[in-house]
Amino acid sequence: MRLELRGITKRFGALVANDHIDLVVEPGEIHCLLGENGAGKSTLMNVLYGLYDADEGEILLDGEVQNFEGPGDAMGAGIGMVHQHFMLVPVFSVAENVMLGHETTSGPGILDLAAARETVRSTADRFGFHVDPDALVEDLPVGVQQRVEIIKALSRDAQVLVFDEPTAVLTPQETDELMAIMRQLKDEGKAIVFITHKLREVREVADRITVVRHGKVVGEAEPTASDNELASLMVGRAVQLTVDKEPPRHGENELAVEHLVVARPDGQVVVDDVSFTVHGGEILVVAGVQGNGQTELTEALIGLYPDFEGSIRLDGEELKGRSVRKVLDAGVGFVPEDRSTSGLVGEFTIAENLILDRTDGAPFVRAGSLQLGLRDEFAREKVDEFDVRTTGIDLPVGRLSGGNQQKVVLAREMSRELRLLVAAQPTRGVDVGSIEFIHKRIVETRDQGIPVVVVSTELDEAVALADRIMVMYRGRVVGIVPADTPRDVLGLMMAGVAPESEGDAA
Amino acid sequence: MTAPTVDGATTGAPDAPRTVSTISWKTPIALAVVLALYALLMLLAPREGSARFALSTPTDFFQIPVYVIPGMGTAWVCAAVAAALLVVSVLATRDGRRTPLWVTSVYAAALLFGFLAWAAAGSPRDLSVVGLLGGAVALSVPLVYGSLSGVIGERSGTINIAIESQLLAGAFTAAVVGSLTNSPWAGLVAAMIAAALVGLVLAVFTITYRVNQIIVGVVLNVLVIGLTSFFYSLVLVPNTQTLNSTTRFERLPIPFLERIPVIGPVLFDQTIVVYLMPVVVFLVWYGLFRTRWGLRLRAVGEHPRAADTVGIEVLRTRYRALLIAGAVGGMGGAFYTVVSINQFNREMTAGAGFIALAAMIFGKWNPIRAALAGLLFGFATNLQNVLSVVGSPVPSQFMLMLPYIVTLFAVAGLVGRSRPPAALARPYTKE
Amino acid sequence: MSETPDRHSADSSDNRLAADMEKVDPAADPGLAEALEQERAREADEDRWQDAFHRIISGGWAVSLGAILLAVLAGSLMIIVTDEAVQQASGYFFSRPSDTFAAVGEAVGGAYSALFQGAVYNFQAETFAGAIRPLTQTLTNATPLIAAGLGVAIAFRAGLLNIGGQGQMLMSAAAAGWVGFGVTGLPFPLHLILALVAGILAGALWAGIAGLLKARTGAHEVIVTIMLNYVAFYLLSYFLATPGLMQAPGSANPKTPPTPESAQLPPLLGERYNLHWGFILALIAVAVVWWILNRSAVGFSYRAVGQNPRAARVAGIDVSRSTVSVMLVAGALVGLAGVTQVLGTVTTGFGADIDAGIGFDAITVALLGNSNPIGVLGAGILFGGFKAGGSAMQAAEGIPIEIVLVVQSLIVLFIAAPPLVRAIFRLPQPGSKPKKKRSQAARKEVAA
Repeated sequence: MRLELRGITKRFGALVANDHIDLVVEPGEIHCLLGENGAGKSTLMNVLYGLYDADEGEILLDGEVQNFEGPGDAMGAGIGMVHQHFMLVPVFSVAENVMLGHETTSGPGILDLAAARETVRSTADRFGFHVDPDALVEDLPVGVQQRVEIIKALSRDAQVLVFDEPTAVLTPQETDELMAIMRQLKDEGKAIVFITHKLREVREVADRITVVRHGKVVGEAEPTASDNELASLMVGRAVQLTVDKEPPRHGENELAVEHLVVARPDGQVVVDDVSFTVHGGEILVVAGVQGNGQTELTEALIGLYPDFEGSIRLDGEELKGRSVRKVLDAGVGFVPEDRSTSGLVGEFTIAENLILDRTDGAPFVRAGSLQLGLRDEFAREKVDEFDVRTTGIDLPVGRLSGGNQQKVVLAREMSRELRLLVAAQPTRGVDVGSIEFIHKRIVETRDQGIPVVVVSTELDEAVALADRIMVMYRGRVVGIVPADTPRDVLGLMMAGVAPESEGDAA
Repeated sequence: MTAPTVDGATTGAPDAPRTVSTISWKTPIALAVVLALYALLMLLAPREGSARFALSTPTDFFQIPVYVIPGMGTAWVCAAVAAALLVVSVLATRDGRRTPLWVTSVYAAALLFGFLAWAAAGSPRDLSVVGLLGGAVALSVPLVYGSLSGVIGERSGTINIAIESQLLAGAFTAAVVGSLTNSPWAGLVAAMIAAALVGLVLAVFTITYRVNQIIVGVVLNVLVIGLTSFFYSLVLVPNTQTLNSTTRFERLPIPFLERIPVIGPVLFDQTIVVYLMPVVVFLVWYGLFRTRWGLRLRAVGEHPRAADTVGIEVLRTRYRALLIAGAVGGMGGAFYTVVSINQFNREMTAGAGFIALAAMIFGKWNPIRAALAGLLFGFATNLQNVLSVVGSPVPSQFMLMLPYIVTLFAVAGLVGRSRPPAALARPYTKE
Repeated sequence: MSETPDRHSADSSDNRLAADMEKVDPAADPGLAEALEQERAREADEDRWQDAFHRIISGGWAVSLGAILLAVLAGSLMIIVTDEAVQQASGYFFSRPSDTFAAVGEAVGGAYSALFQGAVYNFQAETFAGAIRPLTQTLTNATPLIAAGLGVAIAFRAGLLNIGGQGQMLMSAAAAGWVGFGVTGLPFPLHLILALVAGILAGALWAGIAGLLKARTGAHEVIVTIMLNYVAFYLLSYFLATPGLMQAPGSANPKTPPTPESAQLPPLLGERYNLHWGFILALIAVAVVWWILNRSAVGFSYRAVGQNPRAARVAGIDVSRSTVSVMLVAGALVGLAGVTQVLGTVTTGFGADIDAGIGFDAITVALLGNSNPIGVLGAGILFGGFKAGGSAMQAAEGIPIEIVLVVQSLIVLFIAAPPLVRAIFRLPQPGSKPKKKRSQAARKEVAA
């Protein structure tokens, strides 16, 4: 089936998310949609899938204009989507998830589970992988869940398949397997749209490449184009992802983590026997595919998992058993992974957010009362120092852009006397200008002789920022290696393969 | 309370994530506390004499003599049984296993029997087991229907605090329509429609206008109390003959079966509304877990966006669920005015809707478990009635408190974790 | 381990924001969401004035007024359909419709005139002192509504729904009453203060149970407080039915002895009015709660926990402690309502119905008052007036007082659904402009 988008325009108020986008995908072709976060790729696909109504433009399948009221119509017309955030019901079985919405029934409305199991099995067999139709989705690893999504789309006889950032949650190995599946689908004559911002993947499978930037198609490229060509098309200027920094000078502070085991409330071990040391004046980047225990590791460091096993010592002082408050008081700065859910209170003003961690006493609280004058003075100072672009300190922080929000978090966390800085995904969803600023501040902190732990899932950022890189896989440390380790070695490590020459496991 | 010891046994499969044991000591602790309280009661308030349990009714096939057993002796034997089961629970927990269900069930039954023997000890009157169980079934009718209403609504993602108002609206409408038509059937149907309308209002405000579901529920309860009381005093009271005196459903004894001792009079000499109860429970269970309707309903309650992306109309599904839930709740409301007595009274449901809510939580959002919990709470309520006949030493207020206290324990997780539908209380917007 | 409790409180904090929902799924498209926000920030600068105007007609006041109007209309309808004169006149509507309209006018006019004269100013009274008597009655009724409304509001700001007003009032009334008639020989102010403190403490502790269970086990506070209502009711019933505990000596009724004068809140405007010093206590409570929420460190942490418990926790705020402590404060405030009832309004002895539905009314008061102390004060006085006027209406026109419940609950329903009210009155919807506050509910949905 041939998919054609003509002049799709989608506005949110004054913002144009998609600006007259044209796209043609032929059957038996993998068409890559390449663009930065926020370029409008997902919006476009949501229009295609009937989730958004386009303000202008039309969708054609095999030359016929379609009018989708909702995803049901899109699916009926033969469009299938593998969502970035899986659209699976965790407590349902694989078979139930696959049949949901187009159930096979025997008798009046009675589910025919046997038929659904058969569908799952036969589709899985076609691609040579095994999925238990009766397993609950929540019990399955992420990679398998994604296959369930694929089976779901295929079971509806989708002829156009959209993969929305499918590799974000996969190891390099799983990514390769996905690429193989995509090629097989292509050979079966499906039209495939592959949305991504990772250049390597694009060049590996794409037949054609369309680059979008700021909601517009800025060009088409051949898979033979170089990384640099693609990248500059995508970003609109030459990209430079290096961070200027001096060689590390070890300070006195030291973070020592030994045999750390963290379990979720349901008993699943998410950080498994992790040991490492970070010296003052050094940045340790924790790398790995998202969801391999990095988040929980940082949360354990600041006391969000009070009953972990093992020990966390800062300058010889045991942090285990301390409340978050006490850990912060010990001089730990923490930039959480998701600023909107964990870092900031969106409805609070910038000033209020800047003293969120200071409610336990002087100088901002005297006799139980907030010192508003002092607070505002402090806030103005920090807004200046961290270059937060805002109309005033009384603006609700939720109305700032992502980069400025992150600067508020950073300003708060760096305004205490620090002995350790932990920053999880500090530049996620942040504009390029802010990224440079944030990196600079992190390096400055390191240069003050403070140990710094940064979690990053972007290999480029990890390599640029790190003095050493620790790779985690399934809760375990695969290895701790120098920052100049070759990328392919790091990639293998992210898939759980230990490097041949074991780095220091201290 | 959680023992964070690493459990090596489950590391077997290479791909399975490693887990640690999270078996908690809550169950044995709860069992121990209850047993201690029981023993304290027996020690502080020992009772003389024997307990008399009557099992038969005059119409049975054969008569079972009244059992006379020593009160305190039985009570202590039951305590010993419970203590043994407590040990089983402790051992199981220590080995990292859950306390088996049979242990808690037998434990509860033993203590209940011991308590009955203690309470009835020394009374010259027979404690009628048939009266106890039969009354329990009757009292549980609004609770069971109400809890089913809650289950259907909450499985689709809407908290239903308004069960109480559905019962009340159903009772009121059944009284008026039943009186006007002289037909309990008409009353029953009208009650279902009225309660479904309450469900519709809940749906409009929570689904379309995305108002906090708990607030709408609480306000609806007040609104329906206000409406029914207003029209009761202004319209029903002056016209009691025409508008507020119904013909009730007749008892329909099932020939032969009704004469089986104990279970005959308890189960087979009831009204149609009671007979319908297990049928409706089964239908709701089957509907939720075996049909397309149920699969979609649960999907919108767990992950509405996922349901949306496969073409399921989330809002419509939720609306429909709340309407059906309301109709089921209305059947429970009709019980008051066309089964139990023949007229409506101000605020006559007296909090049954909240016990139904409790039964739903206690039943972990499963229709069958919720119905059983409803029966249990009906039993607790009736226990108080029966004990006051034999002259029980326990103040009635404490017996009446029991369902609520049990629910407090349940929600505090002492009776095992339960997981409500994931999207409960979250309004859904597509765009 | 305390991940689960957060989930339930997800949408309790501000249901009004839920009305204008987010168009973009920020998790799926982080960059776009960011761009949108920048767009918003830019706009915020450009049209402040226009924005302010827009907010006045589309925002809070217009909607509140509209909601009250709609509810009053609904109440009128109830009066009309049950009025006998109207029914008779409508019997021959098509021959003389004017009769029907006259009857409708008379019924509704009579009712609302009775309501006004019972709540604000009695024109028939011979003296000014007599004429303002209804107003003092309104303030008397408002006293517990304000106090309990504050209790619900402060919990609400911390993300907790306190449905347990009834139980908290019953326990506080029991404690205050028991100190009142059980302790003898103390002189006036001391006895009163002791009774006050005992009652407030009892309310605080009863609510504290819910806070503790929520903090420790994640038990949903709504369920817990509802259950505690019934436990308190039966507990008090037991006390009242047991001679030697709280039952009045020589009586078989489940009712306490009267409150002795030494433990009574003295009348505020002299013996001729029912209004007592409890009203002043309620006003003080308004001021205190205002200070807590807007100026104090604990209030800051309550609000942080209410808006985003996870961020609060990460910033070192002890969410469990906040939960327990805000419930203690809430219970104390509701306790004040119970205390003013027993020591001020109903001093002749009380039964298990001493709460008089105030625990539930308080929820509506808090909602109408938008959970801010000044708003609660206004809403409490309004509903106090409804209550006073409703009694007068019942006496003068034979309209059951339950109509007040209906009007009150309708007000709250309409206020909670601004788009509905706006649609009915054709007010501009805020969604007609791209300026949308990022809704909490949307973010929670995404976070799931």
